[in-house]
Amino acid sequence: MMNLTNLPIGAQAKVVAVNGNNAITKRLMEMGVVPGVSVRVIKSAPFGDPLEIRVRGYHLAMRKNEADAIEVSE
Amino acid sequence: MKFQIPNSKFQIPNSESVVVNPIKGQRTKDNGHFTIALAGNPNAGKTTLFNALTGMRQKVANYSGVTVERKEGFWRLNGSENTARLIDLPGLYSLDATSLDEQIARDVLLGKVVDLPKPDTLIAVVDATNLERNLYLVTQLLEFKIPVVIALTMIDTAEKQSLEIDTDKLSRLLQIPVVRVKATQKQGIEELAKKVLQSAQTEATPNFVWLSNANFTENTDEDDIHLSLSDNKSANKKIFARYNFISEVYQEAVKPKDTLERSVSEKIDRVLTHKFFGLLILIAILLLVFQTIFSWANLPMDLLDKGFGALGDFVRAEMPEGILTDLLVDGVIAGVGGVVVFLPQILLLFLFLSILEDTGYMARAAFLLDKLMSRVGLHGKAFLPLLSSFACAIPGIMATRTIENPKDRLATIMIAPFMSCSARLPVYTLMIAAIFAGQTVFGFLSLGAVLILAMYALGIMVAVIVAFILKRTILKSPTPPFVMELPPYRLPNFRTVFQNMFTRAGLFLKRAGTVILAISIILWALTAFPRVQSPMSNIQSQEVAASNEQPTINEGQPAIDESEQLQNSYAGKLGHFIEPVIQPLGFDWKIGVALIASFAAREVLVSTLSIIYNVGKDETEESASLIQAVRDAKKDDGTTTWTPLTALTLMVFFVLAMQCMSTVAVVRREANSWAWALFMVGYMTGLAYLAAFLTYQGGRLLGFG
Repeated sequence: MMNLTNLPIGAQAKVVAVNGNNAITKRLMEMGVVPGVSVRVIKSAPFGDPLEIRVRGYHLAMRKNEADAIEVSE
Repeated sequence: MKFQIPNSKFQIPNSESVVVNPIKGQRTKDNGHFTIALAGNPNAGKTTLFNALTGMRQKVANYSGVTVERKEGFWRLNGSENTARLIDLPGLYSLDATSLDEQIARDVLLGKVVDLPKPDTLIAVVDATNLERNLYLVTQLLEFKIPVVIALTMIDTAEKQSLEIDTDKLSRLLQIPVVRVKATQKQGIEELAKKVLQSAQTEATPNFVWLSNANFTENTDEDDIHLSLSDNKSANKKIFARYNFISEVYQEAVKPKDTLERSVSEKIDRVLTHKFFGLLILIAILLLVFQTIFSWANLPMDLLDKGFGALGDFVRAEMPEGILTDLLVDGVIAGVGGVVVFLPQILLLFLFLSILEDTGYMARAAFLLDKLMSRVGLHGKAFLPLLSSFACAIPGIMATRTIENPKDRLATIMIAPFMSCSARLPVYTLMIAAIFAGQTVFGFLSLGAVLILAMYALGIMVAVIVAFILKRTILKSPTPPFVMELPPYRLPNFRTVFQNMFTRAGLFLKRAGTVILAISIILWALTAFPRVQSPMSNIQSQEVAASNEQPTINEGQPAIDESEQLQNSYAGKLGHFIEPVIQPLGFDWKIGVALIASFAAREVLVSTLSIIYNVGKDETEESASLIQAVRDAKKDDGTTTWTPLTALTLMVFFVLAMQCMSTVAVVRREANSWAWALFMVGYMTGLAYLAAFLTYQGGRLLGFG
């Protein structure tokens, strides 16, 4: 099991699941982070948080807290 | 792994005619107008299209009871024959009603908004460079069973990224018309009008293949929507199904290049969101913005101030002396003028905010600062409202509506007025000019500049502490989620920027102007009644006349001395009444009167002090005579009123106290409760008193004052 947070900067991976059943997971999915989509970690903000990822051709920022819910596989 | 929706072999119809049914009889138009709603993701080019379609024929208001902006205009579809009422919905990612904006948009689509008929057609503004996520909203719009026409924007940019979009195929797959538009060059507008007109005259034949799974019912009645709201699991399944459909459409209709190459935005972001330089650049940009706001606004503010002064003089000269003239000059003109003077600053602030927002930088600022903001318990998005509050808390508080969680929003509203707004500046500058002028720190820094900076810092510090406490007590909620798009950098469209600036300025004038006008009249009445008939009508007047440096010189006429009038007015009595309370702060009853008056609006302190010290009402904070009068002012016991310590105490009080009726009114509306508005007045003023008390008494203990 690997989470998005575990990915090094620049790595690309495929989303396996968005865990949890709350407003955050819903928002993530609405923004296009659904199982099967590929994502790339772009960078982290100055204090290590939030993360910037690229998904479906656009850039999305989220805290590590939220990224923890996203399960990925290489 | 490959995810497939069960019914993936959706039918590709041969032409649009399957969707756009033969006319089933003209729809009933509202007063001969169609109603058309414009929906789209934030940053999809919706506002630019709206402006291109409506020109200047638009108006901005609020949806009743909430603060979501309601923007609508008229669109001539084809000449004068068919006009449409065009509703610009707020920018949306989804319609699941998790935010206020989404909720309102749904109400519009369901025809649940008062005096707004259910739209005949929806225009979905779709950003070609971000097709998949933009189409997500389109699938949701289609579920509302209203005909949808897609306006595809940003095609040039998409083509530059060598994305090839087959518009015809896209249209066939989605079973709705797709029109390429370039709003700035008015390209595609006629075609859009044609398609919209066709759609508006037909019934939608929804065919949401993505939901034709046994798990979902096909109808999207309100009940069903509410059901899906309360049931996250089925909502998540729906999201999944919609995106699967979109992925298939995307693969069919778009030939993407490989996305390994860095986009221009990514290159810019290597600098602007750099771990170290990013923050430095952010600070530099903010400094530049504020420096520009304050230096550019000076001249027009001066002119406005003089203009209102001249208008007052003119009215006083032309109209017969009497109570009506006094009301007009001292109440209406002075009061409204006091607000309008701040318009240049507000306009400039909105100009810069629009530019920062439209270029995409604002999202980066939130990204850079989120970690800091979340330490306090706030969302990165709270940064923008707090930043705006440095110009004026009113637009700042209005800007909090982008924060989704109500508790976080409330916490941000509660601390926004601690940011030193432009109305405090006249007070700071008067104190500095009168008491601290020409003094320096370390030999080269002006003491005035250091003091102003210190006041800003004090406000920010207290705001951070209060937010910290609020978020751990009455507004306790988990740290808000932060899922935010970082839109590609774009050059701002200046027409949009200016239009935005002027509509917002208009709203500010209307909102603040009405409240301030009312308060000004009340205040004027408090200072003008009861009337003192003659200078010698009571004993106190002699004291006043004796201590007055400029006795009235109008011989023959029983002119009323203004100080005397004030002393005997209701306001004067109030000033005396609160004197015991403010004495520990080093304030006398005259400052008390000015303080009471300044609870309407902070800058009123300046004009009230000039009335009290009898130097004429049109004086600005920089007028030499008022400055001199402040320096010369004596308490009733003959000691000097304004020592450096008193001036500092007053400034500290002004940093923290809630002295702005307009803000209170806006908070009452935004929080939708008087309790929160009054709580704000109470706790802020309590804090202000405490801090002023500590400053004055502490200063005295240390031997100052």
